[in-house]
Amino acid sequence: MSSEPHAPAHESAHNTHHGHSHGHEAAHGTFNSYMTGFILSVILTAIPFWLVMGNVIESKALAVAIVMGLGAVQIVVHMIYFLHMNTKSEGGWTMLALIFTIIIVAIALAGSLWVMHHLNTNMMPMNPEMMKNLP
Amino acid sequence: MSAPHAVSADKPTFYLTEEHHPENSTMLGFWIYLMSDCLMFAVLFATYAVLGRNYAAGPSPADLFDLNLVAINTAMLLFSSITYGFAMLRMEKGDKAGTLKWLAITGVFGLAFLGIELYEFRHLIHEGATPQRSAFLSAFFTLVGTHGLHVTFGCIWLVTLMVQVSKHGLIEANRRRLMCLSMFWHFLDVVWIGVFSLVYLIGVIG
Repeated sequence: MSSEPHAPAHESAHNTHHGHSHGHEAAHGTFNSYMTGFILSVILTAIPFWLVMGNVIESKALAVAIVMGLGAVQIVVHMIYFLHMNTKSEGGWTMLALIFTIIIVAIALAGSLWVMHHLNTNMMPMNPEMMKNLP
Repeated sequence: MSAPHAVSADKPTFYLTEEHHPENSTMLGFWIYLMSDCLMFAVLFATYAVLGRNYAAGPSPADLFDLNLVAINTAMLLFSSITYGFAMLRMEKGDKAGTLKWLAITGVFGLAFLGIELYEFRHLIHEGATPQRSAFLSAFFTLVGTHGLHVTFGCIWLVTLMVQVSKHGLIEANRRRLMCLSMFWHFLDVVWIGVFSLVYLIGVIG
Protein backbone atom coordinates (compact mmCIF):
# COMPACT_ATOMS: atom_id res chain seq x y z
CA MET A 1 0.00 0.00 0.00
CA SER A 2 2.04 2.92 -1.24
CA SER A 3 -0.65 5.40 -0.27
CA GLU A 4 -0.51 4.43 3.41
CA PRO A 5 1.78 7.24 4.63
CA HIS A 6 -0.36 9.94 3.01
CA ALA A 7 -3.60 8.56 4.28
CA PRO A 8 -3.95 10.64 7.47
CA ALA A 9 -3.18 13.93 5.73
CA HIS A 10 -5.48 13.09 2.90
CA GLU A 11 -8.23 11.98 5.21
CA SER A 12 -8.14 15.12 7.29
CA ALA A 13 -8.45 17.21 4.16
CA HIS A 14 -11.15 14.89 3.00
CA ASN A 15 -13.07 15.16 6.25
CA THR A 16 -13.08 18.93 6.28
CA HIS A 17 -14.69 18.89 2.89
CA HIS A 18 -17.23 16.18 3.39
CA GLY A 19 -17.67 15.88 7.12
CA HIS A 20 -18.08 12.15 6.91
CA SER A 21 -15.30 10.14 5.34
CA HIS A 22 -17.74 7.77 3.65
CA GLY A 23 -19.67 10.42 1.85
CA HIS A 24 -18.76 8.99 -1.53
CA GLU A 25 -18.81 5.32 -0.71
CA ALA A 26 -21.59 3.15 -1.99
CA ALA A 27 -24.51 3.02 0.39
CA HIS A 28 -23.93 0.70 3.29
CA GLY A 29 -26.69 -1.41 4.65
CA THR A 30 -29.03 -0.25 7.33
CA PHE A 31 -30.38 -2.42 10.12
CA ASN A 32 -33.59 -2.87 8.16
CA SER A 33 -31.88 -3.84 4.91
CA TYR A 34 -29.69 -6.40 6.72
CA MET A 35 -32.72 -7.86 8.48
CA THR A 36 -34.69 -7.99 5.21
CA GLY A 37 -31.83 -9.85 3.55
CA PHE A 38 -31.46 -12.18 6.52
CA ILE A 39 -35.16 -13.09 6.71
CA LEU A 40 -35.37 -13.63 2.94
CA SER A 41 -32.25 -15.83 3.15
CA VAL A 42 -33.71 -17.90 5.98
CA ILE A 43 -36.90 -18.48 3.99
CA LEU A 44 -35.00 -19.24 0.79
CA THR A 45 -32.76 -21.69 2.67
CA ALA A 46 -35.56 -23.35 4.63
CA ILE A 47 -37.73 -24.12 1.60
CA PRO A 48 -35.20 -26.24 -0.36
CA PHE A 49 -34.04 -28.08 2.79
CA TRP A 50 -37.67 -28.79 3.67
CA LEU A 51 -38.39 -29.98 0.13
CA VAL A 52 -35.47 -32.40 0.10
CA MET A 53 -35.57 -33.62 3.70
CA GLY A 54 -39.32 -34.14 3.67
CA ASN A 55 -39.39 -35.75 0.20
CA VAL A 56 -42.15 -33.34 -0.69
CA ILE A 57 -41.85 -33.54 -4.46
CA GLU A 58 -42.07 -36.80 -6.38
CA SER A 59 -40.42 -35.65 -9.58
CA LYS A 60 -36.63 -35.50 -9.19
CA ALA A 61 -36.19 -33.15 -12.14
CA LEU A 62 -38.71 -30.70 -10.68
CA ALA A 63 -37.09 -30.85 -7.24
CA VAL A 64 -33.64 -30.18 -8.76
CA ALA A 65 -35.01 -27.26 -10.76
CA ILE A 66 -36.67 -25.74 -7.68
CA VAL A 67 -33.52 -26.13 -5.55
CA MET A 68 -31.39 -24.53 -8.28
CA GLY A 69 -33.91 -21.73 -8.80
CA LEU A 70 -34.20 -20.88 -5.10
CA GLY A 71 -30.39 -20.99 -4.80
CA ALA A 72 -30.06 -18.49 -7.66
CA VAL A 73 -32.66 -16.21 -6.08
CA GLN A 74 -30.87 -16.41 -2.72
CA ILE A 75 -27.55 -15.50 -4.35
CA VAL A 76 -29.19 -12.38 -5.80
CA VAL A 77 -30.67 -11.55 -2.38
CA HIS A 78 -27.23 -11.84 -0.76
CA MET A 79 -25.67 -9.73 -3.50
CA ILE A 80 -28.19 -6.93 -2.96
CA TYR A 81 -28.67 -6.91 0.82
CA PHE A 82 -25.28 -8.11 2.12
CA LEU A 83 -22.79 -7.18 -0.59
CA HIS A 84 -24.69 -3.95 -1.44
CA MET A 85 -24.33 -4.50 -5.15
CA ASN A 86 -25.86 -1.82 -7.29
CA THR A 87 -25.14 -0.22 -10.63
CA LYS A 88 -23.75 2.97 -9.09
CA SER A 89 -21.01 1.80 -6.71
CA GLU A 90 -17.49 2.67 -7.93
CA GLY A 91 -18.96 4.30 -11.00
CA GLY A 92 -20.53 1.05 -12.18
CA TRP A 93 -17.23 -0.83 -12.39
CA THR A 94 -18.14 -3.39 -9.74
CA MET A 95 -21.29 -4.26 -11.67
CA LEU A 96 -19.29 -4.48 -14.90
CA ALA A 97 -16.76 -6.82 -13.25
CA LEU A 98 -19.63 -8.91 -11.88
CA ILE A 99 -21.36 -9.21 -15.26
CA PHE A 100 -18.06 -10.15 -16.91
CA THR A 101 -17.44 -12.80 -14.25
CA ILE A 102 -20.95 -14.20 -14.59
CA ILE A 103 -20.44 -14.56 -18.35
CA ILE A 104 -17.11 -16.36 -17.86
CA VAL A 105 -18.60 -18.56 -15.13
CA ALA A 106 -21.55 -19.45 -17.35
CA ILE A 107 -19.22 -20.37 -20.22
CA ALA A 108 -16.98 -22.44 -17.92
CA LEU A 109 -19.89 -24.30 -16.29
CA ALA A 110 -22.08 -24.84 -19.34
CA GLY A 111 -19.09 -25.58 -21.58
CA SER A 112 -17.57 -28.15 -19.18
CA LEU A 113 -20.88 -29.93 -18.69
CA TRP A 114 -21.67 -29.92 -22.40
CA VAL A 115 -18.26 -31.18 -23.48
CA MET A 116 -17.99 -33.82 -20.76
CA HIS A 117 -21.55 -35.03 -21.30
CA HIS A 118 -20.92 -35.60 -24.99
CA LEU A 119 -17.55 -37.15 -24.26
CA ASN A 120 -19.23 -39.61 -21.90
CA THR A 121 -22.15 -40.49 -24.15
CA ASN A 122 -20.18 -40.74 -27.40
CA MET A 123 -17.32 -42.76 -26.00
CA MET A 124 -16.92 -46.15 -27.62
CA PRO A 125 -17.94 -48.83 -25.15
CA MET A 126 -14.90 -50.75 -24.05
CA ASN A 127 -14.44 -54.15 -22.48
CA PRO A 128 -11.45 -55.12 -20.34
CA GLU A 129 -9.85 -56.93 -23.30
CA MET A 130 -9.85 -53.76 -25.39
CA MET A 131 -8.60 -51.79 -22.39
CA LYS A 132 -5.55 -54.08 -22.18
CA ASN A 133 -4.67 -53.48 -25.83
CA LEU A 134 -4.72 -49.71 -25.52
CA PRO A 135 -1.55 -48.09 -26.77
CA MET B 1 4.91 12.89 -3.45
CA SER B 2 6.04 15.96 -1.52
CA ALA B 3 4.94 18.34 -4.26
CA PRO B 4 1.69 19.46 -2.60
CA HIS B 5 3.52 20.37 0.62
CA ALA B 6 6.47 22.04 -1.14
CA VAL B 7 4.34 24.51 -3.06
CA SER B 8 1.78 25.22 -0.41
CA ALA B 9 1.53 28.90 -1.34
CA ASP B 10 -0.62 28.37 -4.41
CA LYS B 11 -2.55 25.13 -4.43
CA PRO B 12 -1.51 22.83 -7.28
CA THR B 13 -4.41 22.07 -9.51
CA PHE B 14 -3.96 18.30 -9.43
CA TYR B 15 -4.64 18.36 -5.72
CA LEU B 16 -7.98 19.96 -6.37
CA THR B 17 -8.93 17.46 -9.04
CA GLU B 18 -8.19 14.70 -6.55
CA GLU B 19 -10.81 16.19 -4.27
CA HIS B 20 -13.43 15.52 -6.91
CA HIS B 21 -12.52 11.83 -7.01
CA PRO B 22 -12.05 10.93 -3.38
CA GLU B 23 -13.39 7.42 -3.89
CA ASN B 24 -10.42 5.19 -3.32
CA SER B 25 -10.27 2.11 -5.47
CA THR B 26 -9.53 -0.44 -2.73
CA MET B 27 -13.09 -1.70 -2.78
CA LEU B 28 -13.09 -2.10 -6.55
CA GLY B 29 -9.72 -3.85 -6.45
CA PHE B 30 -10.90 -6.18 -3.73
CA TRP B 31 -14.09 -6.85 -5.62
CA ILE B 32 -12.05 -7.87 -8.67
CA TYR B 33 -10.00 -10.19 -6.44
CA LEU B 34 -13.28 -11.73 -5.26
CA MET B 35 -14.37 -12.16 -8.86
CA SER B 36 -11.14 -14.04 -9.59
CA ASP B 37 -11.89 -16.17 -6.54
CA CYS B 38 -15.36 -16.69 -7.98
CA LEU B 39 -13.81 -18.03 -11.19
CA MET B 40 -11.76 -20.50 -9.18
CA PHE B 41 -14.86 -21.71 -7.36
CA ALA B 42 -16.68 -21.92 -10.71
CA VAL B 43 -14.01 -24.29 -12.00
CA LEU B 44 -14.32 -26.42 -8.85
CA PHE B 45 -18.13 -26.43 -9.22
CA ALA B 46 -17.77 -27.46 -12.87
CA THR B 47 -15.37 -30.23 -11.83
CA TYR B 48 -17.85 -31.42 -9.24
CA ALA B 49 -20.73 -31.26 -11.72
CA VAL B 50 -18.74 -33.41 -14.17
CA LEU B 51 -17.32 -35.93 -11.68
CA GLY B 52 -20.04 -35.89 -9.03
CA ARG B 53 -21.88 -38.94 -10.38
CA ASN B 54 -18.84 -41.21 -10.70
CA TYR B 55 -19.07 -43.22 -7.51
CA ALA B 56 -16.72 -46.06 -8.56
CA ALA B 57 -19.09 -48.49 -6.80
CA GLY B 58 -18.56 -46.45 -3.64
CA PRO B 59 -21.02 -44.48 -1.52
CA SER B 60 -23.31 -41.91 -3.13
CA PRO B 61 -24.35 -38.53 -1.63
CA ALA B 62 -27.63 -40.02 -0.37
CA ASP B 63 -25.64 -42.63 1.59
CA LEU B 64 -23.20 -40.13 3.06
CA PHE B 65 -24.69 -36.72 3.71
CA ASP B 66 -26.55 -35.85 6.88
CA LEU B 67 -28.78 -32.95 5.82
CA ASN B 68 -29.56 -32.01 9.44
CA LEU B 69 -25.87 -31.29 9.92
CA VAL B 70 -25.72 -29.32 6.67
CA ALA B 71 -28.78 -27.29 7.70
CA ILE B 72 -27.12 -26.40 11.02
CA ASN B 73 -23.93 -25.52 9.15
CA THR B 74 -25.83 -23.29 6.74
CA ALA B 75 -27.50 -21.56 9.66
CA MET B 76 -24.09 -20.91 11.27
CA LEU B 77 -22.80 -19.22 8.12
CA LEU B 78 -26.01 -17.24 7.66
CA PHE B 79 -25.91 -16.04 11.28
CA SER B 80 -22.26 -15.06 10.88
CA SER B 81 -23.22 -12.98 7.84
CA ILE B 82 -25.90 -11.03 9.68
CA THR B 83 -23.70 -10.51 12.75
CA TYR B 84 -20.93 -9.21 10.51
CA GLY B 85 -23.52 -6.82 9.10
CA PHE B 86 -24.28 -5.64 12.65
CA ALA B 87 -20.54 -5.13 13.23
CA MET B 88 -20.43 -2.91 10.15
CA LEU B 89 -23.43 -0.92 11.40
CA ARG B 90 -21.67 -0.41 14.75
CA MET B 91 -18.54 0.64 12.85
CA GLU B 92 -20.56 3.24 10.92
CA LYS B 93 -21.68 4.64 14.28
CA GLY B 94 -18.06 4.76 15.44
CA ASP B 95 -18.81 2.36 18.29
CA LYS B 96 -15.53 0.49 18.83
CA ALA B 97 -16.73 -1.79 21.64
CA GLY B 98 -19.89 -2.70 19.75
CA THR B 99 -17.91 -3.45 16.59
CA LEU B 100 -15.54 -5.71 18.50
CA LYS B 101 -18.43 -7.48 20.21
CA TRP B 102 -20.22 -8.28 16.94
CA LEU B 103 -16.94 -9.27 15.27
CA ALA B 104 -16.31 -11.71 18.12
CA ILE B 105 -19.80 -13.18 17.70
CA THR B 106 -19.16 -13.50 13.95
CA GLY B 107 -15.91 -15.30 14.70
CA VAL B 108 -17.69 -17.74 17.02
CA PHE B 109 -20.22 -18.59 14.28
CA GLY B 110 -17.37 -18.96 11.77
CA LEU B 111 -15.52 -21.34 14.08
CA ALA B 112 -18.74 -23.28 14.72
CA PHE B 113 -19.15 -23.69 10.97
CA LEU B 114 -15.58 -24.94 10.65
CA GLY B 115 -15.98 -27.26 13.61
CA ILE B 116 -19.12 -28.86 12.15
CA GLU B 117 -17.46 -29.18 8.75
CA LEU B 118 -14.37 -30.83 10.22
CA TYR B 119 -16.62 -33.16 12.23
CA GLU B 120 -18.41 -34.09 9.00
CA PHE B 121 -15.13 -34.70 7.16
CA ARG B 122 -13.81 -36.81 10.02
CA HIS B 123 -17.02 -38.81 10.01
CA LEU B 124 -16.84 -39.36 6.23
CA ILE B 125 -13.19 -40.41 6.35
CA HIS B 126 -13.95 -42.68 9.28
CA GLU B 127 -16.59 -44.42 7.13
CA GLY B 128 -14.03 -44.97 4.38
CA ALA B 129 -15.37 -42.14 2.21
CA THR B 130 -11.93 -40.60 1.71
CA PRO B 131 -10.94 -38.34 -1.21
CA GLN B 132 -9.22 -41.36 -2.78
CA ARG B 133 -12.38 -43.48 -2.79
CA SER B 134 -14.05 -42.14 -5.96
CA ALA B 135 -14.04 -39.22 -8.39
CA PHE B 136 -17.18 -37.93 -6.66
CA LEU B 137 -15.42 -37.82 -3.29
CA SER B 138 -12.27 -36.23 -4.75
CA ALA B 139 -14.36 -33.45 -6.28
CA PHE B 140 -16.44 -33.14 -3.10
CA PHE B 141 -13.47 -32.75 -0.76
CA THR B 142 -11.74 -30.33 -3.15
CA LEU B 143 -14.76 -28.05 -3.51
CA VAL B 144 -16.03 -28.10 0.07
CA GLY B 145 -12.48 -28.15 1.47
CA THR B 146 -11.49 -25.08 -0.55
CA HIS B 147 -14.52 -23.25 0.79
CA GLY B 148 -13.63 -24.34 4.31
CA LEU B 149 -10.07 -23.14 3.77
CA HIS B 150 -11.41 -19.74 2.74
CA VAL B 151 -13.52 -19.59 5.91
CA THR B 152 -10.42 -20.55 7.93
CA PHE B 153 -8.45 -17.67 6.43
CA GLY B 154 -11.46 -15.40 6.98
CA CYS B 155 -11.39 -16.32 10.69
CA ILE B 156 -7.65 -15.61 10.92
CA TRP B 157 -8.23 -12.28 9.17
CA LEU B 158 -11.11 -11.53 11.55
CA VAL B 159 -8.98 -12.11 14.64
CA THR B 160 -6.18 -10.00 13.12
CA LEU B 161 -8.59 -7.13 12.54
CA MET B 162 -10.03 -7.45 16.04
CA VAL B 163 -6.51 -6.98 17.40
CA GLN B 164 -5.96 -4.03 15.05
CA VAL B 165 -9.25 -2.37 16.02
CA SER B 166 -8.68 -2.85 19.73
CA LYS B 167 -5.17 -1.41 19.40
CA HIS B 168 -5.74 1.51 17.03
CA GLY B 169 -9.48 2.03 17.16
CA LEU B 170 -11.75 2.57 14.16
CA ILE B 171 -9.23 4.55 12.13
CA GLU B 172 -9.72 4.94 8.40
CA ALA B 173 -7.31 2.09 7.57
CA ASN B 174 -9.15 -0.27 9.88
CA ARG B 175 -12.52 0.74 8.45
CA ARG B 176 -11.22 -0.04 4.97
CA ARG B 177 -9.90 -3.43 6.11
CA LEU B 178 -13.16 -4.25 7.85
CA MET B 179 -15.07 -3.41 4.68
CA CYS B 180 -12.83 -5.70 2.64
CA LEU B 181 -13.34 -8.55 5.11
CA SER B 182 -17.07 -7.81 5.01
CA MET B 183 -17.13 -8.40 1.26
CA PHE B 184 -14.97 -11.53 1.67
CA TRP B 185 -17.22 -12.94 4.38
CA HIS B 186 -20.50 -12.31 2.55
CA PHE B 187 -18.96 -13.66 -0.64
CA LEU B 188 -18.14 -16.93 1.13
CA ASP B 189 -21.76 -17.13 2.21
CA VAL B 190 -22.78 -16.73 -1.44
CA VAL B 191 -20.45 -19.56 -2.46
CA TRP B 192 -21.93 -21.71 0.31
CA ILE B 193 -25.40 -21.27 -1.24
CA GLY B 194 -24.00 -22.94 -4.36
CA VAL B 195 -22.39 -25.69 -2.27
CA PHE B 196 -25.45 -26.64 -0.25
CA SER B 197 -27.74 -26.44 -3.29
CA LEU B 198 -25.62 -28.28 -5.82
CA VAL B 199 -23.59 -30.67 -3.68
CA TYR B 200 -25.77 -31.53 -0.72
CA LEU B 201 -29.42 -31.02 -1.70
CA ILE B 202 -29.24 -32.09 -5.34
CA GLY B 203 -26.80 -34.83 -4.38
CA VAL B 204 -29.33 -36.28 -1.94
CA ILE B 205 -32.20 -35.91 -4.44
CA GLY B 206 -30.06 -38.09 -6.70
